[in-house]
Amino acid sequence: MKKVSGRLTLLALVVVVSVIFFIPSFQPLYQALPDWAKRVMPNKGITLGLDLQGGIHLVMEVDEDRAVEIAVDRSVVSLQDLLVDKKIPVESVTRTGPTQVTIQFQNAELKAQIQKMIDEYPTFNETESAGSANRLVWELREMEIKRIKDSAINQALETIRNRIDQFGVAEPMVQRQGLKQIVVQLPGVKEPKRAKDLIKETALLEFKMLDEDNQLKLDLPARIPKEKEAEVLKQAEAKLPEGDQILFERAVDKDTGREYRIPYLVKKRVMLTGDVLSDARVSIGQFNDPYVSISFDAKGGREFERITGDNVKKRMAVVLDNTIYSAPVIQERITGGRAQITGTFSTQEANDLAIVLRAGALPAPLKIIQDLTVGPSLGKDSIEKGVRATLFAGAMVVVFMMVYYRMSGVIADFALALNLLCLIGALSALNATLTLPGIAGIVLTIGMGVDSNVLIFERIREELRLGKAVRLAVDGGYEKALLTIVDSHVTTLITGVALFLFGTGPIKGFAVTLCLGIGINLFTALVGTKVIFDLMNQRHKVEQLSI
Amino acid sequence: MLEILGKTNIDFMGKRRLAFLFSGIMVVLGLVAVIQIARGSANLGIDFAGGTAVQLKFDQAIRIDEARKALETNGLSDAELQEFGQENKLLIRLKASTTIEEKVAERVVAVFTKEFPSNHFVVDSSTEIGPTIGQKLQQDALIAVLISFAGIILYVAARFEFRFGIAAALATFHDVLAVLGAFYILDKEITLLVVTALLTLAGYSMTDTVVVFDRIRENLRMRRRDSEETIINNAVNQVLSRTIVTSLTVVLVLIPLTLAGGEVLHDFSLALLWGVIFGTYSSIFVASPLLLLWPGASGRMLKRS
Repeated sequence: MKKVSGRLTLLALVVVVSVIFFIPSFQPLYQALPDWAKRVMPNKGITLGLDLQGGIHLVMEVDEDRAVEIAVDRSVVSLQDLLVDKKIPVESVTRTGPTQVTIQFQNAELKAQIQKMIDEYPTFNETESAGSANRLVWELREMEIKRIKDSAINQALETIRNRIDQFGVAEPMVQRQGLKQIVVQLPGVKEPKRAKDLIKETALLEFKMLDEDNQLKLDLPARIPKEKEAEVLKQAEAKLPEGDQILFERAVDKDTGREYRIPYLVKKRVMLTGDVLSDARVSIGQFNDPYVSISFDAKGGREFERITGDNVKKRMAVVLDNTIYSAPVIQERITGGRAQITGTFSTQEANDLAIVLRAGALPAPLKIIQDLTVGPSLGKDSIEKGVRATLFAGAMVVVFMMVYYRMSGVIADFALALNLLCLIGALSALNATLTLPGIAGIVLTIGMGVDSNVLIFERIREELRLGKAVRLAVDGGYEKALLTIVDSHVTTLITGVALFLFGTGPIKGFAVTLCLGIGINLFTALVGTKVIFDLMNQRHKVEQLSI
Repeated sequence: MLEILGKTNIDFMGKRRLAFLFSGIMVVLGLVAVIQIARGSANLGIDFAGGTAVQLKFDQAIRIDEARKALETNGLSDAELQEFGQENKLLIRLKASTTIEEKVAERVVAVFTKEFPSNHFVVDSSTEIGPTIGQKLQQDALIAVLISFAGIILYVAARFEFRFGIAAALATFHDVLAVLGAFYILDKEITLLVVTALLTLAGYSMTDTVVVFDRIRENLRMRRRDSEETIINNAVNQVLSRTIVTSLTVVLVLIPLTLAGGEVLHDFSLALLWGVIFGTYSSIFVASPLLLLWPGASGRMLKRS
């Protein structure tokens, strides 16, 4: 007979360790502990997955090509400015492809002069294909394209992190996945739609001048219903002056409460962008209407002062993501680096606008390619049902084992309880995330845990039938079942590992539970129950085994 | 000693032709399902095919035909609707033809807010998956399946004999295909969770087979006189009560989970339940007789001892 005391100590130790890790997962139990115990114990247990506590899981892709286009657009605008400053008359400077800028001019003698200006734009190459006397074609360099794409995703990550921090979510996760994907997880979010809008908004703030001289000629309608935007754009397309565009202001009729749009003719040239903001806060106006007051940094403040000084009595549009928020007339030169964004929004919308302005603009639009949103009520439902089904299933197995194997069945049930305790303890220790498939994994482990004991018991019965003494039969049963149990567990383990490596989200949770369960199973079946049989045999000679 | 089965002596190997016929049909069904999945005409879940699923929980009962009509009049005609019993829950699924850029989930919510103003509801869950993600998931699932199969064959081949590895793998394949075929016939949606269930049942079925093989190996070593058919038959009979009891305990666990585990777990548990039943059947009627089919199997003994 092998000595049992060593194994008994090990068993007791495993139980104690499991309980210590297990308790923080049950807050009521944890809270009831005295303070000294809380200090010693780990304070983090199992986290509930999104499917159980509700929340959002988003996978997004940065539109990298668009980021490159935006960068090229910026160069176009700055080149136009530079040409005006140097008094070089050109016909047009336009982006003619994703990465291409074409400069058209009447006077062929200007070519050399303009050609030289590429020195100011080292990220561009002149292409040979433009073999015309009145045209130059510049192409963005490959290296620059790569750099823009690379920084686009990093910048997007940073911006999203900032926004979520300010929105306030417990334990958010923002991660890069692969080359160009961003994964965002917001557990327990109560207003999923608002959170999603906040993340997705590009939030590119621009100040542009209205083209009031041409607005009249274009004969734009004063207000249109919001569905008619495309129609207005199409009608005006042919008459649109060079360098202008039509943008819409969003407004709400005070009497009917219906949303409508006001079309404006706006110069494409960007006077100032949100890059130069240092802060954005919500304030309440005199009519109790919320607005966002923004502060510029030193450089932005000077720039804003110059622009407003140059354009007194003209109208300037405050544009966010190509929607005009307001288009006030500049009354005087504005000093002090402050401005206001007014518009028709609720306090919450103003609040969110302030957040995105503070956090900065995204380098390019985001494309949501996966969106899992679980409302809090479904999660609660799932837990209740899952737990109830699990308890019921467990009870059925426990009763079955007691009926079928009697005293030995009770030992097997003890192993089962030990199994469950260790499994939850291990999951707590790993701060694992419990998902619904994870619960299924626990249930499956219960089923398989019984399997090992059944294998052993059937072997012991066979040995007893051969007329062996109880002690020998027990030892023989365990010994013969050992290889089978190891074989069967290893095969399941292989599946579990494959699931873990290639599974995503909830399936990973299932795989973790399964793999842990298998390991713990082996321990409880081979050490846990054996030690009890040995103990029984040691105390007094057992003539008849209840099996 | 309470026993479901006493000492049995059933001629399982003698019934192998019948078993092979039945299994053959199930495997063909499963293969059809696989081909249909590859062609994209099976009922793939939106996690694989891409698309949108929105689950709403209403205050009052909602009629499914009215809901469908409301969606159709608002331009969402290809929706698939599913009710969840007493709880006034409605699941609306729209497959990949509608891209995620259109904010389909928001449109669905808007339709119900507009068309059923008196019946308040909450959004239980909404899932939108772009087609590219779906393809990636399909690929990952396939890799997971292949890796686990390769791993299992190698392990069993190393622990037993090569033919044992092949027979066990074939039997496991059979179980997975049979469940897949059953899902296909019943037009059940094949989701990521169902694939997880298939992989798990592959592991379980393998476990079951390994237990039987273990005994066959043991008997082959001890009793070299008898024909292999007799040895295998005896081995299967010896472990029969174990096979039945363990399957029974797992089934005992899975039944409540299938019936009362909630809508998310239902298909998952159902796939496992069928898997366990097929797995038990196949370890007796498929895996073991397959050993006899191996060319020159009779009279060959295990080399390892």
